[in-house]
Amino acid sequence: MIRLSIPLRQALSRLSLPLMIAAAFGTMLLGKADTMLAERARIVLADVLAPFYAAFAEPARAVRGVVAELPELLVLREENARLREENERLRRWQAAALALESENALLRRQLAYIPERAPSYQTARVVSDAGGVYARAVLVAVPPDVTLRRGQIALDERGFVGRVTEVGNRSARVLLATDINSRIPVTLEGSRARAIMVGTNGPRPRLQHWTEGTRPAEGERLVTSAEGVSFPAGLPVGVVHWSESGVPEVELFARLTRLDVVRLFDFGLGGILPPEAIARPEPRSRR
Amino acid sequence: MVGRRQPSPGLLRRVEAIARSLLPSLFVALAMVVAAGPTGVAALVPAVTLPQVVFWSVFRPGAMPAAAVFLLGLLQDLLSLAPLGTGVLTLLVAHGLAITWRRVLARQSFLAVWICFCGFALGAAALGYLLTALMSLSLPPPAPMLYQAALTAGLYPAFAFLLGRLQAMMLRAEEAL
Repeated sequence: MIRLSIPLRQALSRLSLPLMIAAAFGTMLLGKADTMLAERARIVLADVLAPFYAAFAEPARAVRGVVAELPELLVLREENARLREENERLRRWQAAALALESENALLRRQLAYIPERAPSYQTARVVSDAGGVYARAVLVAVPPDVTLRRGQIALDERGFVGRVTEVGNRSARVLLATDINSRIPVTLEGSRARAIMVGTNGPRPRLQHWTEGTRPAEGERLVTSAEGVSFPAGLPVGVVHWSESGVPEVELFARLTRLDVVRLFDFGLGGILPPEAIARPEPRSRR
Repeated sequence: MVGRRQPSPGLLRRVEAIARSLLPSLFVALAMVVAAGPTGVAALVPAVTLPQVVFWSVFRPGAMPAAAVFLLGLLQDLLSLAPLGTGVLTLLVAHGLAITWRRVLARQSFLAVWICFCGFALGAAALGYLLTALMSLSLPPPAPMLYQAALTAGLYPAFAFLLGRLQAMMLRAEEAL
């Protein structure tokens, strides 16, 4: 330590504040004159502090998570009550379903009802959605040891997709329900009225030819109809939606724009099949 | 104490004294670095600095020399992305005023000091606003300045409580010598 006389030290300590204020003005001028200087200093400081922040990030994230959960915890009580009520309701439904199931079984026994056998199906991957004569069709890849038939029915995990129209050794083409050539017999689940679902090449097929006097209701569920012996009855198709121009359209359950995998069911039905081969005009070479 | 010779300062004792005089500044720097972390509140850095600087300037001016205030102001400017020097000058002015009035302030009740500190916070925010406007030659929106002043004034009781504890501990340690 440098030993200084007491008056000198006092004078220094009295001077230090004005000196520092002058230095502050100097810093301001320096920062104004050379803007890059402050940026460089900030980057150096950030480099020094980065490991510190990295060490702090994990507990900080935990704290933030707890804080974010707090409002959730506050409504937990309400949520619990709601869920309990819903659970109660679902329990009633379950009881109703069980009662109906047992009643159904009883009635079937009395009617000597022949149960449907479980359909066989293969799951196949959709490899392409273009090509062929149809505007809305997908190509599925199948292993060579699997034999497919024309007229098989394709479903995705939600509902009806389309029918197999062409079968090769390793692939098959599925005509989607949205194609303009697609005609699917459907049943309105509420009124049991029959109708035909007609593809438009758009995302929503239309409903036509429904039974007179039973107008399809908005939001009514549609299932396939066994009429025409091409489809089994009761496969889920979609719900009715009246468009703004007053046309009944079908909001399909299946997501036809995002098909990854389809199940190809063989219900052993023939019905109306597409022609065996479709002659495709060769594209003329332009010269 | 009168008449007894002061014990010669040993190495350990001197290290302890230095640590005691450095502790407040280091504490301020640490608080600033934490506040500048990923909290997402930009006004937090000046808001944690001013209460501590004023507190130490009033209650223990030996631990908060002007040079330390200068360095802390520089750190504040670098952390809070303010124009270089504005935070330095603001803190130095607050420090100077606190040193000047410390004989009056140190004897007041906590509430009086807090009310006085609110004036400090508003003045510091206004000075910072003025300097920023001068440096950039344009008027920034005044809302953040008021927000920062309110945040600073609101944080003072928490810091005063913590630092008061620290001050009492340091006083006890000094008496034990």
